[in-house]
Amino acid sequence: MANSSKHQTPPPVSVQNLSMRYHHKPVLTDVSFEVPEGKTIAIVGPNGAGKSTLLKGIMGLEPIMGGQVRFFGEPLANKRLATAYVPQREEIDWDFPINVFDVVLMGRHGQLKLWQRPSQIDREIAEQALKDLEMWDFKDRQISELSGGQQQRVFLARALAQKASLYLMDEPFAGVDVATEKAIIELFKALKSQGKTIICVHHDLNTVGEYFDWIILINARLVAAGPAEEVLTTENLNKTYGGRLSLLNDLTEKMYRTQLNKAHDTD
Amino acid sequence: MINDIWILATASLVAAACALVGVFLILRRQALMGDAISHSVLLGIVLAYLITDSRALPIMLGGAVIIGLLTAWLSDSLHRVGKLQSDASIGIVFTLFFAIGVILVSLYTGQIDLDQECVLYGEIAFVPFDTIYIGGLEDGIEIGPRAFWAIAIVFTIVLITIILSFNRLQTVAFHPNLALSLGINIVFWHYLLMTLVSITTVASFDAVGAILVVALLVIPASSAYLIAKSLKTMLWIAVAYSQVAVIIGYSLSYALDSSISASIAVSAGLLLFITILILEIQKRRRHRLISQSEAA
Amino acid sequence: MDAFTLLAPPSTWQNWLAFWRFEDINVLWVLMGSILLGMSASVIGGFAFLRKRSLIGDALAHAALPGVMMAFLLFQTRDPLIIFLGALISSFIGFFLIDWLPKNTKIKADAALAITLSFFFALGLMLLSYIQGLEVSNKSGLDKILFGQAAAMTEGDIKLLAYVTVFILVTVVLFFQKFRLIAFNQSYARTIGLAVNRYELLLALLIVMAVVVGLQLVGVVLMAAILLTPMAAARFWSNQLPHTLIIASLLGAISAIISTQISYLAPAMPTGPWMVVSLSTLFILSLLFAPQRGLLKRYSEYNQLRKKVAEENILRTLYKLLERQNFTHNHFMQADIQAMRSMPSSQLQSTLKLLCKKALITSSLQGFKLTDKGLEKAAQLTRRHRLWENYLNEQAELSPEQVHQQAERIEHILTESQEAQLKLELTNSQSDPHGNLIPDNTRSKKEAKLK
Repeated sequence: MANSSKHQTPPPVSVQNLSMRYHHKPVLTDVSFEVPEGKTIAIVGPNGAGKSTLLKGIMGLEPIMGGQVRFFGEPLANKRLATAYVPQREEIDWDFPINVFDVVLMGRHGQLKLWQRPSQIDREIAEQALKDLEMWDFKDRQISELSGGQQQRVFLARALAQKASLYLMDEPFAGVDVATEKAIIELFKALKSQGKTIICVHHDLNTVGEYFDWIILINARLVAAGPAEEVLTTENLNKTYGGRLSLLNDLTEKMYRTQLNKAHDTD
Repeated sequence: MINDIWILATASLVAAACALVGVFLILRRQALMGDAISHSVLLGIVLAYLITDSRALPIMLGGAVIIGLLTAWLSDSLHRVGKLQSDASIGIVFTLFFAIGVILVSLYTGQIDLDQECVLYGEIAFVPFDTIYIGGLEDGIEIGPRAFWAIAIVFTIVLITIILSFNRLQTVAFHPNLALSLGINIVFWHYLLMTLVSITTVASFDAVGAILVVALLVIPASSAYLIAKSLKTMLWIAVAYSQVAVIIGYSLSYALDSSISASIAVSAGLLLFITILILEIQKRRRHRLISQSEAA
Repeated sequence: MDAFTLLAPPSTWQNWLAFWRFEDINVLWVLMGSILLGMSASVIGGFAFLRKRSLIGDALAHAALPGVMMAFLLFQTRDPLIIFLGALISSFIGFFLIDWLPKNTKIKADAALAITLSFFFALGLMLLSYIQGLEVSNKSGLDKILFGQAAAMTEGDIKLLAYVTVFILVTVVLFFQKFRLIAFNQSYARTIGLAVNRYELLLALLIVMAVVVGLQLVGVVLMAAILLTPMAAARFWSNQLPHTLIIASLLGAISAIISTQISYLAPAMPTGPWMVVSLSTLFILSLLFAPQRGLLKRYSEYNQLRKKVAEENILRTLYKLLERQNFTHNHFMQADIQAMRSMPSSQLQSTLKLLCKKALITSSLQGFKLTDKGLEKAAQLTRRHRLWENYLNEQAELSPEQVHQQAERIEHILTESQEAQLKLELTNSQSDPHGNLIPDNTRSKKEAKLK
């Protein structure tokens, strides 16, 4: 009985057999997991383990080699308005002529048709998002004039303005000041109380247990996924951080390089 | 006198249309693709003429768009399939297209009334003499030079496109990944921009020729990039710079008896350098003030 | 001589022969000059290509134009050396600008190239049109610099061309090691004390010289291609820098010969476009047909792989069928195989034929049977498949179906040494996650016994 009620509402994100690569190198192989609703989830692993790639693959920002991803039981195309993406700061062109308010307002464009302009309500939503992140005073500032933490908060405000049910964030805590860190934690709490789900790529093992309910350990493949207390064991951490499976990687790379995967699948 | 007005009007429209399109090329770091397309359209025009034996505007625009999109697509394919760097891919494709275009022009010089140099820098001074008559040559009404109407139509298309899809263009230019995650088809918008570049280039051809189109695409927009604080103002400022360049350029060419279009392009460049100079001076003055107040 | 013969113009064939007999000594000079240009431009362009500045040749060529015009205006001469120096200075200023703009303003690298290219060119054209309006002698032919015209070159032009290009080639050979190091690993070069900036300057100077000296032959607009295309094509033939540079210079020389020839046969045609067209053709041929990296080779390799995969899959299926019969019954019909493995029957038939040819199976009225050689190979494949399944099961968090799917592919590329490594890392190397027995490596057992 408990099982069936769990499966009545599909999970916010369900990943099955996801494989991704970069050039010929296998970045992720056969990753599968489901994410519970209304929790904060961290994707953790060593550098280059494929954490950002996993997030981008889930969001359809990078091509996947195999597998499928479902959002609340449906493909992304049907659920775009329910998902919001916060990128790494390196991804943005900070020289672009645009001010803080207009960046946040951009979050409302997903709801608009081609020729529509943002309405008064859209502007109010953007305003509230900025105030929630304590960036309202900066609304007319050019983004090139912001500090790292301020930049992060602007992009969080944009995601907030999207009024999504699922938030995917790529290293939101990287290189931010203490005030911003606190602001992000407060944001997480507020979103959770509204039943929203938050998935973050997180770089810092020391804080991950404190900030997040659920952990997904990745090292080119799934090592473990579950509640923080259960997953953060010595054995799991060793498997994640203790060096790669070179044989697995070498052979998968060779497979991609010779296009063996394609050659095989035409059978 | 009336000829001067036609020349100035044509030049203004050319400069304005190029500035508008150029803003997006600068923001998306696709200035070189703009350079490439403006060279390749020569081949498009020549082929369109050779195949259809007509110099009608829609035919030329059509040929230009096809070759322009082909240039963009081939460059991208070469980059992906041939594993070649993107600027190398662009370079190989457009130089080949341009070379073939020049060869065809010199082979069929009798038939096409382009000659090699006209292709490169056009001659806007001749624009007024190629006029369009509605209703036949005898009793029709003269409505102005062909080149003027060509660019007027293209300018209108560009303007309307930008106004209608402003938000989309802004999102796609600023943060393509966000656009993708919102479900926007960024491939479509990329090729739409390339289409705008193609039609703007070919309509400007008659007036200013290939190389100078590049100048008008890139230079006023770069000046605007340095000082604008929003996309909308960047578009306005770029057009403003382009118009000032037209006025200064025209006067210069009159004074020095040189090519009008080249002078306009040079003026645009001078305006850019003056802008950079002023910004540099401001920057140094600010630094001096800061270090002075720190020392105090 | 018959008056009639004198009036008939020489045919193309006769012209072509005349060309190669070098009856016109000028032709020989132009040919040598363009070959040298092709070689030096492609070599120095190769370095630009490696530094990811493929289109800098384009910008530098356009930037040279005002220098040519100014030199003429100031000195009222068409002396090749003066023109060359004027172009050099102007182009170098352009180079500096391309570097300065992105470092000191918001303007990005691609825009800096386009700005420099178009501004300097416009300046040059402005000066050209001014000159053409002046009442000075000697001004005609300046516009030939736009597209290049081999026929318009004087002996002085060609001598200068020869000296400069030889200088470029010699310099590259002399400083090759240092240039290579800077191209591939600049930071390391600095740490070992190499005066990187000085060599960068030298490289810049060489690029500018190559561009400027080629303008008369190829023209401003298409010079970019001469620098870029040979190296891009050469990359399909080799991965090693010295080889690619030699191939690039060869391609440059070939295209120079072809275009000079065409220019001789049809003097009204500019030389530049023909050089670009021949280079592009060579590029396309390299892209398609180069051994190893060409597209056709890649395609045929892929096809061979598909055949190998199909063959090995059938072998393994036969082994499985054999297992099911506990190694008693060794004849199987095509239908049996088809039942176990979904493959289009046409592909199945042709694969079976191939296996027969390779003596891995035999065919008779009772069906298909594995030969001894075939049996050994099939056992090897099965062993590798199951070992890999074990490995994935023990080391990765995969379900049995996922494990099987992966192993289906990896079994084709697992090598002998990797197989040994697997056995060392596994705790269980007797049976796979589905419970099937892992066949022994009978050959290595025999070898072990022999030792």
